[in-house]
Amino acid sequence: MSESLLNALVQGVLLGGYYAIVAAGLSLMFGVVRFINLAHGDLLVLGAMLALIAVEALGWPVWLAVATVIPLMAALGWALQRLMFERALAAGPLLPILVTLGLGATLQNGMFGLFGSNTRSLGAHIGDLSWSGWSLPGGLRVGTLPVLTFTLAIAVLGLMHLMLRRTPLGRAIRATAQDPGAAELSGVDARRVHRAAAAIAFALAALGGVLLAMRAQVTPFAGPPQLIFAFEAVVIGGIGSLWGTLIGGIVLGLAQTLGGTISAQVSLLAGHLVLLAVLGWRVLRDEAAARGGWIALMRVKGPSHD
Amino acid sequence: MTEPHLLPMPKGDRRLILSAGALLILLALLPLVAPAQAIDKLTQLGIYVLLAVMWNLLAGYAGLVSVGQQAFVGLGGYAMVRLVEAGLGPFPALVLAPFLVALVAWPLAWFVLRLRLGEFAIAMWVIAEVFRGLVMFDPLVQGETGTSVLALNAIDADTRRLAIYLLSLVAASAALAGSFVLLRGRLGAEAQAIRDDEEAAASVGVSTFRVKRLIFVAAAAGCALAGTLWLASAITFQPRTGFGIQWTVFMLFMVLTGGLGTFLGPVVGAVLLMGLQEAFGDFGAWYLFGVGALSVAFALALPGGLVGLWSARRGREPLSMRRRLSAGEG
Repeated sequence: MSESLLNALVQGVLLGGYYAIVAAGLSLMFGVVRFINLAHGDLLVLGAMLALIAVEALGWPVWLAVATVIPLMAALGWALQRLMFERALAAGPLLPILVTLGLGATLQNGMFGLFGSNTRSLGAHIGDLSWSGWSLPGGLRVGTLPVLTFTLAIAVLGLMHLMLRRTPLGRAIRATAQDPGAAELSGVDARRVHRAAAAIAFALAALGGVLLAMRAQVTPFAGPPQLIFAFEAVVIGGIGSLWGTLIGGIVLGLAQTLGGTISAQVSLLAGHLVLLAVLGWRVLRDEAAARGGWIALMRVKGPSHD
Repeated sequence: MTEPHLLPMPKGDRRLILSAGALLILLALLPLVAPAQAIDKLTQLGIYVLLAVMWNLLAGYAGLVSVGQQAFVGLGGYAMVRLVEAGLGPFPALVLAPFLVALVAWPLAWFVLRLRLGEFAIAMWVIAEVFRGLVMFDPLVQGETGTSVLALNAIDADTRRLAIYLLSLVAASAALAGSFVLLRGRLGAEAQAIRDDEEAAASVGVSTFRVKRLIFVAAAAGCALAGTLWLASAITFQPRTGFGIQWTVFMLFMVLTGGLGTFLGPVVGAVLLMGLQEAFGDFGAWYLFGVGALSVAFALALPGGLVGLWSARRGREPLSMRRRLSAGEG
């Protein structure tokens, strides 16, 4: 195996950790509150921007900025769920999609109006973390920050796993995700559970945003691609599965870094194509099952719903 | 005792259709007197109406929220670029390109219409990104740089303006008239049944897939036509603009403010968007911020849009696509 290929494989796996963090929030909202928050990527950028302001304009140390922004974004998640998403959800399944798409456009252009189009990064403020790393045998180089991100992803998913399995909130979340009506009957306040889920999702988005700002440049319009990546990780890993987001993130990261050995353009396309392939496979599988197996699918023409 | 039967079209609606016809004739004659700038604005309004009607067909009548209609806007522009490069005149290319896009949308429908609601929304967005990525490989487009339809410059500027204006007028009215006929017919009843309860619709024998596919492909072709009209007036095709998410944000705004799932909503929304653009367009990002915020505000506070508000006041929706049944008298 050539050096660059091996390097791409390792970087891809580590990048998957970042995607898992962003995807876990999206997945939680989708699984518990039952809608896809199309502004998830823009909220991630908002978290990054707030941290950048705290560091650059207020001169705060990075750790303090991160420790402030994450709970702040969690509070915003709680508030938006209460004031905006609840109303949208009550009006049917279409409205949350429309509302969060509008919210995303509002956030992007609001941040652009406030902060301008300059690219910003936390990279200059985190000392040697942004470039330090280990040289391994075989020409392999592993950066400290990607390793840290990946470790953080495992820790975050592990904590979420424990929270969901062991705590009263986790039980309430699982019950609500399975059947909101039945959960209400057994004394769970579904609306509070939804708000808590939104708070966790927003906190994870903020964490993702800070990590993104540490390794890359962030602009007000950087959100939509992050949403798409998170969505891809969720779908590839299997919707509703916590550890699946890590697998999905790693598959997406691998597709991107392997595609990246050809060109930046191929890198993005590779990720998208893996998603479409997974969705296509699932559609075909369901279609085949609905018609009694693959052989039948090949014989019968036209969709089964006819 | 009479059997329940479908009521005829209310008088107000007939008057509305007649005045729309009169307005159309006036608009067609307008270039004789109006300044060039006004004609350009009205061309843009026509494109907006076309886009809004298409998105309303999808989201308002078939319950398909697509965040990726820019896939077809951009693909339409690209197809036109390619057709002109192949030697076709710019105007034949403008008309032919949407049909090519429909040919792409047809097989695509088989796949995307089997996805669930939120998945469909984002999968369409990913598909738009894939189209953009693929188009950028074309040496003619030169990656982000884009390309210009130089053949358009060979046409006299006034003739070109008039031709694009009339085409945009025809396209917008055809979209309205076409969807009117479509929605008044069997398909409209079926589509609305699906939107309101897919399982129930299927159980009474509606082929949900066939109805959705027809609307999906029609909306793809309509968006492609908007893309070619836009390209004809802008001349330059850039993947970033052609496949940009802003198209969908505008469609969302027009349909939500005008009235999702109402026939006149998209027209009202398009006029509102055009008005806001004229008044505040110079504010750039803050104008777009307002467009997004207004969409959210309407979705939350006034989900029926302006037409919904009007209907609530008047007790019925103008040009409603819902069939009204008389209670059997006797």
